[in-house]
Amino acid sequence: MADPTGPVLEARDLAVTFPARRGHPAARAVDGVNLALGRGEVLALIGESGCGKSTLARALVGLIEPNAGEVRYAGQPLRRTRSGLREFRRHVQLVLQDPYGALNPRQNVHDAVAEGLRLHGQRAGLTRRVAAALEQVGMRPPEHFFDRYPHQLSGGQQQRVVIAGALTLGPEVLVADEPVSSLDASVRGEILKLFLNLRDELGLAALVVSHDLGLAWNIADRVAVMYLGRIVEVGTVEEVLLRPQHPYTRALLDAVPSTSDREATAALGGEPPDPTAIPPGCRFHPRCPLRATLPDDRAQLCLTDVPVLAPALHERQVACVHADAAPPTVVSHDPAEVTR
Amino acid sequence: MTTQHVPEVPERRTAQRAGEPLLDVRDLTVTYHSGKVPVYAARGVDFALAAGETLGMAGESGSGKTTVAMSLLRLLPAETTVTGEIRFHGEDLLAANWGRMRSVRWAEASVVFQGAMSALNPVRTIGDQIVEPILLHEKVGEKAARARARDLLDSVGVPSRRIASYPHELSGGQRQRVMMAMALACDPHLLIADEPTTALDVIVQAQILGLLTDLVRERGISLIMISHDLSVLASTCDRIAVMYAGRLVETGPSRQVIASPLHPYARALAGAFPTLGDPASRLAPGGLPGDPPDLREEIDGCPFAPRCPEVEDRCRSGVIPLVQHGDRAAACVHVTGYDEAVGHG
Repeated sequence: MADPTGPVLEARDLAVTFPARRGHPAARAVDGVNLALGRGEVLALIGESGCGKSTLARALVGLIEPNAGEVRYAGQPLRRTRSGLREFRRHVQLVLQDPYGALNPRQNVHDAVAEGLRLHGQRAGLTRRVAAALEQVGMRPPEHFFDRYPHQLSGGQQQRVVIAGALTLGPEVLVADEPVSSLDASVRGEILKLFLNLRDELGLAALVVSHDLGLAWNIADRVAVMYLGRIVEVGTVEEVLLRPQHPYTRALLDAVPSTSDREATAALGGEPPDPTAIPPGCRFHPRCPLRATLPDDRAQLCLTDVPVLAPALHERQVACVHADAAPPTVVSHDPAEVTR
Repeated sequence: MTTQHVPEVPERRTAQRAGEPLLDVRDLTVTYHSGKVPVYAARGVDFALAAGETLGMAGESGSGKTTVAMSLLRLLPAETTVTGEIRFHGEDLLAANWGRMRSVRWAEASVVFQGAMSALNPVRTIGDQIVEPILLHEKVGEKAARARARDLLDSVGVPSRRIASYPHELSGGQRQRVMMAMALACDPHLLIADEPTTALDVIVQAQILGLLTDLVRERGISLIMISHDLSVLASTCDRIAVMYAGRLVETGPSRQVIASPLHPYARALAGAFPTLGDPASRLAPGGLPGDPPDLREEIDGCPFAPRCPEVEDRCRSGVIPLVQHGDRAAACVHVTGYDEAVGHG
């Protein structure tokens, strides 16, 4: 029996590597991630493009088979058999970034929302359940929208239809990849409110992937910050966004455009990191502003000691050996091996 | 029509009288005729820009912000109707001939387009693309132009040894920097930046915004920057103009527009991007029910009335003009001084 206080969805030492293209090394998109999502919790997964956040999201819904580690639902490892995945998808649903791309242009709203029920052979009361899902996402009266096609809907309505389709099977978890980044500013808030409503009314947990720290502030209970295939900091929104400890989280927060202070702080230099060439030790060390200020012996630690985060629900964790909240588990490398 | 020989217009600088703004736009109206029915994209827009001033145009898709910016250099499709006045250096650009427009573009006003990957030519080196406008607009040789291209690359933070690189060899942030180098190639007086950081990550965005701010300040260039993100505009621009359904609904100094918006739509837009640490927006995303109006229809009254939480009967008919209030202006019946200004006082 699953522990009702334990995580509903979990990644344990999860790794996804994309095979090498000619002349390039393999890309370690997700490289040892431990992450837990609690029941009825909204967790924001934040990071820049190329950090592996979308790959992690896809692995967590079973769309990508990990190279190592496992995905757990309600404490049980995901079975990657046909029936195992089918059962899993009733509980964990994916919402994509671009709703227009996610909808079939030749399918009306009713059929788009009914798709999941059909695929799972649940034809009893189909139209009633489609209507209920549309009501849940705020499209009232639902019958009014049944015969519409995607191009006849606004961007916000399209995203609501996509979410309604994800709700029909009564999932416990929504994994949403940048659910509002293609939407206009005023519509954005309405869709975010919807995620909060679904949590309050249906107890739905959500992992929301975004590059937008404001989104985390608006809807999340906890935040996980991802950099180059690993989680570097995780904790409550207040802990991570107001009292960040990892130098990368600090850099991200410094980069948020300030409305009050026109003299912006110096942005972190360098280019977004490359998952085909991951630096040894702490993967942020080549760009780290903190390391640049440390004495040599302390700075050397960044090359050898990497804190390992656990898939914990209630713990503040920071993957920096110099942070107060660094976890006790540290993988040490031989310095000679690292510099070689 | 041949425009290879661009006639010199000696009086062009003198048309601008002392104290006159660099750019003065009056009653700008733009209607697209590409589909079956006309689309009224800009509906009587007035604004002015002083030399060296930076203006942020805010609004959502379909608000007309890009339409207005592109109409300044007449970069819209041929079947578009543009009326009103666009006075640049005192000269009405809507009345200028094509030869004159071609010499204004790049040399006096240039554009940084969004999506640098599609705006750059993929089969030509970035050096060739920066050199092209210099050779076209100035009497300099290939060698001097190339030297300037190197300087420009350095000044936007792309190592000049990359001059022979192709766009695909650069990262998204570097491509946007190359776009800025091109736009600056002929020392323009006005730079129009259309969502220059939309596709970029926060850290790269901060780098690009910092660079843009420094470049326009150092060179005294006027800037019109377009974005839907008020905080991006506020971090870069002196003033902000908020557009909705083809009309300007509010203008004013950036900080004031963000901190205390006058128009209900500007308030909603400001609320859409939370300030981290602000308890009012914690677990409370700011949204706005409803959808933007259909631009194929004529709009009577305030275009925002159907979605406005403070709507009154008188908002639903007639024209709600932009009313000046100190150095701020808003098109809303609730603004102090509205009744006096429109003569109902």
